Amino acid sequence: MRKVLVAVATSGLLLAACGKSSTTTGTTSPAAGGSTSAPPATAADCAKGVTSYVSSGVLTIGTDNPAYPPWYAGDNTAGTNWKINNPATGKGFESAVAYAVAGKLGFSPDQVQWVEVPFNQSFAPGPKSFDFDINQISYTPKRAEAVDFSESYYDVNPALVALKGTPITQATSLSDLKNFSLASQIGTTDYDYIVNVIQPNTEAGAYNSLADAVQALKSGNVDGIVVDLPTAFYITAVQIPNGVIVGQFPPAGGQQEYFAMAFAKGNPLVQCVNMALEELKSDGTLQSIQDRWLSSKVSVPVFSTS
Amino acid sequence: MSVPGGGGAPELFELPPGEPDLPRGRSGLLSGLSQEGAKGVLVAVVSTVVVFFVLGWVVVHSQNWPEVKHAFFNGAEFRDTFPGIASRFLRNVEYFLIAEVFILAWALTLAVMRSLPGPVFFPLRLMSILYTDLFRGIPTVLVVYLLGFGVPAMQLPGVPRSPAVWAVVALILSYSAYVAEVYRAGIESVHPSQIASARSLGLTRMQSLRFVVIPQAVRRVIPPLLNDFVGLQKDTALVAFVVAIPEAFKQAQLEQYADFNFTPYLGAAIMFLIVTIPMTRLVDWLIQRERARRQAGGAL
Repeated sequence: MRKVLVAVATSGLLLAACGKSSTTTGTTSPAAGGSTSAPPATAADCAKGVTSYVSSGVLTIGTDNPAYPPWYAGDNTAGTNWKINNPATGKGFESAVAYAVAGKLGFSPDQVQWVEVPFNQSFAPGPKSFDFDINQISYTPKRAEAVDFSESYYDVNPALVALKGTPITQATSLSDLKNFSLASQIGTTDYDYIVNVIQPNTEAGAYNSLADAVQALKSGNVDGIVVDLPTAFYITAVQIPNGVIVGQFPPAGGQQEYFAMAFAKGNPLVQCVNMALEELKSDGTLQSIQDRWLSSKVSVPVFSTS
Repeated sequence: MSVPGGGGAPELFELPPGEPDLPRGRSGLLSGLSQEGAKGVLVAVVSTVVVFFVLGWVVVHSQNWPEVKHAFFNGAEFRDTFPGIASRFLRNVEYFLIAEVFILAWALTLAVMRSLPGPVFFPLRLMSILYTDLFRGIPTVLVVYLLGFGVPAMQLPGVPRSPAVWAVVALILSYSAYVAEVYRAGIESVHPSQIASARSLGLTRMQSLRFVVIPQAVRRVIPPLLNDFVGLQKDTALVAFVVAIPEAFKQAQLEQYADFNFTPYLGAAIMFLIVTIPMTRLVDWLIQRERARRQAGGAL
């Protein structure tokens, strides 16, 4: 069973490059068929040609609730259903990226509306309540069968969070971690990383939400939890003050993990968002947003694979 | 009487034993067959085959069947995921067995507390009533969350920190309230003449409760107790909400999130059914036997 999963994952990774290019051609054809044959010059031109918005004239963006830092910031939750942060503040990494992309697509900030989408539903098959979802969703070939993904807006590594002074904090390699109890949020690439790469001797734990996993670590029910690195910074800074980032993990199978925006399968908007991301990368906006909201300056040791 | 199929006053009409032509039980699956003999059996078989064949044909030939089959009845997915789900079902059985022992004892204590005679025991009766009101009124999943996350979070010295322990405690607290009511119904179904006879023989109130009332009561409520066992067996899946180490339901969830296919849930459902269906049939059979026994024995 596990072997099958690993086999699927690796073959998927090998195919990832061609998979992405075929996705792009697949989304180009409806746009080209709908208008003239000349390709759009800018993301804004591209977005004008799209007719499949969830509500017309508005860009509907999905994310999970609570909206955690450093992805979302600025609170402003009073009078809304949002917890911790309201994604409409434009503050926090993902909110800032979302508004920057919206701007490139030709939407003003008040033409953006946010909807609440549970993490595991954001990339499940079926109709979508959002034009795109931005919620620390890692690209995987399996998920790409159910939804379309944009290009990377952030390259990410998983990291291990534990309590200060516990034995697991001495670990420096993947094999050092084998005898500890590890857990993560259910349905995440972080959980897959524990099962497929670390392969601990105690069965990996899966919590229904990130909050549950954090609570379990706080209570000492697990030795360590695996989350993405920026989330690890937030957890150790705010949620568990006596928590520590033990280290970050090398990419599984040498394939860099990255966050991508998720779209309903076949949504032609993917191409426009990719153009917008390209523009944001070349004019330096994406980098400055990242510098502002994600603490990339701090160096975290990388676990050795031996 | 409030006990389903269990105790209660003797039946109003009594049937002579050993009459094969008379309907024995009204709830049995095969109850209609014995009346008509071999011909009846044949008709039943033919009509069953026809009905199921037609239903099956309609389902398989409906327009969306291929999608439904792919999402819910996916053979390859089932073969991949079922062994992992089946082996983790042992955890559900473990939770069930541990909880059941404590439930039977604690619920009987509660029921006896509520049945204690005399004004001096009023506080105990009141506590028992409050307890059952409280825990029958709260969703079990809420109690599981409350204890499973809440108690370990307090990090009290000397108190177990395992969410699994507290999730099972939550099941015990919740189910004991229901089972206590089943016991109480059994206790109240024992005819007052039994207590009067016991008292006239010189037994104290407590002695007549212990030696006369409770043995009869427990025997009568065995079928409804088993009903609660069936419910408890299913509700061990609630443990998955607070315990990270997967049992059958969470394992199915993990597989579903990995592959976006719902067949693993079917696998988990099959494991639960393998346990609960025989239990349900056993309940039916016990109810039948109890009825036959009381009919054969006539009045009390």
